[in-house]
Amino acid sequence: MSDDEIILSELSDADLVEQMHDDLYDGLKEEIEEGVNILLERGWAPYTILTDALVEGMRIVGIDFRDGILFVPEVLKSANAMKGGMKILRPLLAETGAPRAGKMVIGTVKGDIHDIGKNLVTMMMEGAGFEVIDLGINNPVENYLAALEEHEPDILGMSALLTTTMPYMKVVIDTMKEKGIRDDYVVMVGGAPLNQEFATAVGADAYCSDAAVTVETAKELMKRRHNVTAAGATAA
Amino acid sequence: MVEAATPEHTDLSVDDEAAFASAGPARALVIACGALAREIVDFRAANGFDHLDITCLPAKLHNRPHLIPEAVRTKIKANKADYRAIFVAYGDCGTGGLLDKVIEEEGVERIEGPHCYAFYTGQKAFAAITDDDPTQFFLTDYMVRHFDRLIIEGLGLDRWPELRDDYFGNYTNCVYISQVRDEALEAKAREAAGRLGLGYVHRHVGYGELAGFMEAAATAGEEAGAP
Repeated sequence: MSDDEIILSELSDADLVEQMHDDLYDGLKEEIEEGVNILLERGWAPYTILTDALVEGMRIVGIDFRDGILFVPEVLKSANAMKGGMKILRPLLAETGAPRAGKMVIGTVKGDIHDIGKNLVTMMMEGAGFEVIDLGINNPVENYLAALEEHEPDILGMSALLTTTMPYMKVVIDTMKEKGIRDDYVVMVGGAPLNQEFATAVGADAYCSDAAVTVETAKELMKRRHNVTAAGATAA
Repeated sequence: MVEAATPEHTDLSVDDEAAFASAGPARALVIACGALAREIVDFRAANGFDHLDITCLPAKLHNRPHLIPEAVRTKIKANKADYRAIFVAYGDCGTGGLLDKVIEEEGVERIEGPHCYAFYTGQKAFAAITDDDPTQFFLTDYMVRHFDRLIIEGLGLDRWPELRDDYFGNYTNCVYISQVRDEALEAKAREAAGRLGLGYVHRHVGYGELAGFMEAAATAGEEAGAP
């Protein structure tokens, strides 16, 4: 052991959380798992560990990715480290009744098997308190419709990496319109080749450029949705 | 077609921002992705298209596809006064239609297709392959030549081989669509597939629709140069 090696268990709470942000940035999964367990032993609520240590750490990673300081490999390492922490916290969050921000169904569209972005969004949305039903990759419209009926989410998220597959989002939204269920859900779309213009053209409620933006947009849209529902109830 | 730090992505060396001037007075210019530079220059030489100039943008722009449209626009504007016809050898390349908007606004032409895999293979043939099975990872000659730099180092697999599943877990086969017949390259492509843990398929497609595009550019250059 070198003299300057950091012993996580010897750090104060504040220093440990700061160190966990650094460890997430560096993609150190074992250290993150150790940090989570230490904070649990110190009596921290699972939800507080999730938000203060993990989500905040990934928020910093997200900013540096957006600014071109970090690249995909580094973000994946960080995400895998966060997954390690989430694995410990998930059952505890369920037990302790952490606040629920909403429910989302998400999947990559038919013909598209690229799920790195979708997986990051899933993780960050879970971290923000959303229940996420992940349909995986290559989803035809029938998969989305079945999941909407079964899980009754607030949000439908669709992801595509390819210029050739992203038009399928319109197929899904148009089918929802035909069935008269489009306005029952917030529809959010994302993926490298997408932009706001495309999202508007296909009839989505929001275009999300990255995982952090997705979380913020989802929170905002949920707030608006609740306001509309509340206003409707008052008017009635 | 791995996400973000994809194939023809990351940097180039000799092809970066290079200009390949023709021998005689040129009237047409091809603005190309650096990942196509070698093939385009070879094709021009093989066909004697001496009146066609070629200039390239860095292949690493694919790491940030949203930067491609304006980079192409800048190149067009810088050359518009010197050429009667300009052609753009780029697929949509993940710009979500924004490159085509630039193409339309600047009044130039682009090779058809979403990416180089499609125009090398042929649009219909490529769609048939991927519609049938989207789990194919494509390699071109350029990508095979620079496999270590683009894929292994570019995706961080040299440092973190455990990320292999994040990138390639949903793929089944590596399809090498070769431009030239070269046994050494084919061996390297086969080895690359093995390193990624994927099955291997080789299809020799040549220059595909890039050939017709270059011929059209050369013809336009001749016509523009005629008295």
